[in-house]
Amino acid sequence: MNATFTKFALAGLVSALLTGGAVALPQKTECLAGAKPGGGFDVTCRLAANSLLAAKLIEQPMVVTYMEGGVGAIAYNHVVGKRAADPSLIVAASTGSALLLAQGKFGSHDENAVRWIGALGADYGVIVVNADSPYKTLKELSDAYGANPASFPIGGGGAVGSQDWMKAALIAKGAGQDPKKMRYVALEGGGAVLTSLEGGHIKIGAGDASEMVKHHLAGKVRILAVMSPERLTGDLADIPTTREQGYDFDWVIWRGYYTGAKVSDADYAAWTDAFKKLVQTPEFKSELAARGLFPYTVIGAEFDAQVKSDVQRFKTLAKEAGL
Amino acid sequence: MNLDYLWTGFAVALTWQNLLIGLVGCFLGTIIGALPAIGPINGIALLLPIAYTLGLPPESTMILLAAIYTGSEYGGRISSILLNVPGDAGAVMTALDGNPLARQGRAGEALMISGLSSFVGGIIGVVGLTLFAPFLASLAIGFGPAEYFVLMVFAFATLGSMVGSQPVKTLLGCVLGLMLATVGLDPTSGAYRFTFDSPELGDGIDFVVLVIGLFSISEAMLMLESHATGTSIVGKVGRTFVRWKDVVFTTGATLRGSIIGFVVGVLPGTGASVASAVSYTLEKRVSDRDGTFGKGDMRGLASPEAANNSCAAGAFVPMLTLGVPGSGTTAVMLGALMLYNIQPGPQLFAERPEIVGGLIASLYIGNVLLLLLNIPFVGIFSRLLLLPNWILVPGILVLSVVGVYSTHASVEAVLLMLGVGCIGWLLRKLGFDMAPIILGFVLGKVMEVNLRNALAISGGELGILFQSHISIILWVLAALVAVGPWALQLWSRRRRSRA
Repeated sequence: MNATFTKFALAGLVSALLTGGAVALPQKTECLAGAKPGGGFDVTCRLAANSLLAAKLIEQPMVVTYMEGGVGAIAYNHVVGKRAADPSLIVAASTGSALLLAQGKFGSHDENAVRWIGALGADYGVIVVNADSPYKTLKELSDAYGANPASFPIGGGGAVGSQDWMKAALIAKGAGQDPKKMRYVALEGGGAVLTSLEGGHIKIGAGDASEMVKHHLAGKVRILAVMSPERLTGDLADIPTTREQGYDFDWVIWRGYYTGAKVSDADYAAWTDAFKKLVQTPEFKSELAARGLFPYTVIGAEFDAQVKSDVQRFKTLAKEAGL
Repeated sequence: MNLDYLWTGFAVALTWQNLLIGLVGCFLGTIIGALPAIGPINGIALLLPIAYTLGLPPESTMILLAAIYTGSEYGGRISSILLNVPGDAGAVMTALDGNPLARQGRAGEALMISGLSSFVGGIIGVVGLTLFAPFLASLAIGFGPAEYFVLMVFAFATLGSMVGSQPVKTLLGCVLGLMLATVGLDPTSGAYRFTFDSPELGDGIDFVVLVIGLFSISEAMLMLESHATGTSIVGKVGRTFVRWKDVVFTTGATLRGSIIGFVVGVLPGTGASVASAVSYTLEKRVSDRDGTFGKGDMRGLASPEAANNSCAAGAFVPMLTLGVPGSGTTAVMLGALMLYNIQPGPQLFAERPEIVGGLIASLYIGNVLLLLLNIPFVGIFSRLLLLPNWILVPGILVLSVVGVYSTHASVEAVLLMLGVGCIGWLLRKLGFDMAPIILGFVLGKVMEVNLRNALAISGGELGILFQSHISIILWVLAALVAVGPWALQLWSRRRRSRA
C-alpha cells in the first residue's frame, strides 16, 4: 500500500518536473472529431493523437471519437452542453468553425462558449482552373473575369457562405465584381470541384491546397494562386501567392482544438504546455508533413484572441458579400 | 492493356493474412448489411478506426473495407426478404418482391436467387472496373449538373411503372418524399430549411432514419397488430435450392440490373439507392406484362440485387482513376487512405499499384467468398422466419434503435425514427406504398441540387438542360420510357383490330 503510494507520488513528482511544474495531461485523453472518420476533423485529431504519443507527451493512446453533424455544430453543442468541464477532451476545429460561428450556424452558442487551446497546422486556399485553360496567372484570369463575369461559373465544395464560397467571393471582389452576382456552383466537396473542372462544367474552382496538389502535379488542373501570406514549401513552392500577384487577400485554414468552457486554468495550461512542447519535436514535424499540412503554430491566449478576431472579421466579410 | 497491377494485386490479396482479412470483412459486411440502420458507410466508419489502431498496412485496410462494402450489399437483401426491413440503402427495392416471396413460403428460393444475382452483378461490376475504368471515368466527367438533372428526370420517368392501381397514392407518396428531402441545409444558399432551429435537423433527415422508420418500425407495429388480432404471417421456409427454371427466368433481369447498376455506380453523383431504384422500375417497365411485380416476382428481386452489387464496384471507378469518391462509402475509404498519409489522386494507379491492384483483386475474391458463404447460410438465415413474434418484434425494435443511435450518437435521431415509424404505420394502414416515398426522397435531393447548379452555371437559362449530347440522349430515353409502353399498347391494339 505504502510502496504503491510512494511510487505514485514519485511518478507525480517526476512528471511535474518534466512538465515544468504545470499539471500533467490526464491519463486518458480523447479527441472528438465532429464529422465522419476520414474527414478533415479526423485528420486534425489523428495529428494530435499520433504525435503526442510519438513524442511521449502522453502515455496511453489518445482515443479519437466521432460525432457527425452540421460540420461540427453537433459536436460544439454537445461539448458546451454536456462536457464543458471535461479536462481530458479536446475537439478538432478549423477556420470553417469560426466561419460558421460568425454566421450563427452553431445554434445559440457563440465563440465564447468554449476555450480555444491552439492551432497546430494549416492548409491554404487555392484558385484552380482546368489544365486546358488559357489563363496562366491570377491576373489574366481576374482581368478576363472582370470583363465578362457571366461566362465564368465558379465552383466550390460548399453552399453560399462556406469557406469555398468566401474564397470565390474574394476572387470576384478582387476583379472588381459584385460577389452577389457571381455564378457560384455549390458542389459536394473538393472531389466534385475537380471533376466539374475537368469536365468543363465550371471555369474556376475554389479549394484547399492539400486536396488539389496531387491533381495539379498530375496535370489535370492548374493552381493559379495559393491564398497564403507567404510562399508554400514543397510541391507548391513554384505557385505564387495571391498577395505576390497584387491581391489583398488570403485564406488560411488553420487546424486547431478547443475544450470545454468550465475546464480549469490549470488543466487548460496543461494542454497549451503540451502543445508548445509538441511543436518542437521531430515526431510532430514528420506527422504534420505526412498529412499534407503546413506549419502553423498559434497556442493559448494568442489563439483564443485569433479565433475571436477571425469571427469578427468573417462577420464583416459576410456582410460585405451580401449574406 | 496493361494488367500488371492486377497480378501484383492478386499476389497481395492472396497472402494468407489478406485472405483472412477479406473473409472476416465479407462475414462482417454481410452482418452489417443485414442489420437494419447500419449500412456499409457506417460499417466502414466503425471499423476504420479499429483497423488503423491495429496497425494494418494500407493495402490490408483497403481489402478489409472493400470486403465489408461488398459483403453488406449481399447482406442487405437478407432482412429485406425475410422481414421486409431493408438492411441498407441499396436493399430497399429488394423488399418489394423479396418479402412477398417469403410470405408465400419461398424465402429459401428468394435468398438463393438474389444471392446468385448479387454474385453476377458483383462480378460484372468488377470486370467492368478492370477493363474499362479509365474510359468510363472520362465519360463520367462529362456529367455536369445539367446531365445529372436530366438523369433524374429519366429516373422519375421510369417511376411511371410504379403507379399501378393507385396513381393518386403513389403520387402523394412521391411528393411526401420530395418534401422530406427539402429539410435541412439548403445545398445552394446555405440557409436552414424547416429545421425549427434544431441543430440535429441541420443536415436534413438522414436517409437511414427515414428508411428504418418507414420500413422497420412500421413493420414491427404491423407484426404486433397481426399478433394481437391472431393472424399469423409466414412460418414456412420452403426449398433452399434454386431451380434451373428460375435461374433462366431471371437471367435477363440480372444482366440488365448489373449493367444499369454499374453505369449509375460510375457516376459520382449517385449511389446504390438510385441504382437499385432505376433498375427495378425499368425492369418493371420492360418485363411486367401480367402485373406480377410487387407480388413476388423473381425478376423484381434479381434486378435490384444485381444492380446494387455492380453499383458498389462501379463506385470504385472514379475513386481509383480520378481520385475522387464515387459514393459515400468510397469517400470514407479515400479518407482512410489519407489517414495513412497517402494523398489520393489521379496518380494512385501508378504510384501505389499494390493498393489499387490489391483492392480490385480482393473484389474478385470477395464476390466468390460471399457466394460460397451465402449458400450454406441460406438455410440458417431463413430460419429467422420461424422465430416467434415475441422474439422477432422486440428484436427488430432493439436492432433499429441501437443501429440508429450508434451511427448518430443522438437521442433526437432515435425519436425522429420512431415518429417516422408511426406515420409509416398509419400510411400503410391507409394503403400507401413506402417505396414511392423513399424514391421521391432519394431522387429529389439529387435533382434539386443539380437543377439549381445547372441554372447557376447558365445564369437562369433553361437551354443548358438541352445542350450536351448526353442530356439529349437522356431526354429521349426518358420520353421513350414515359410514353413508350402506352404507344406500344396502342400500336398492338390497332394492329389487332385491323387483323
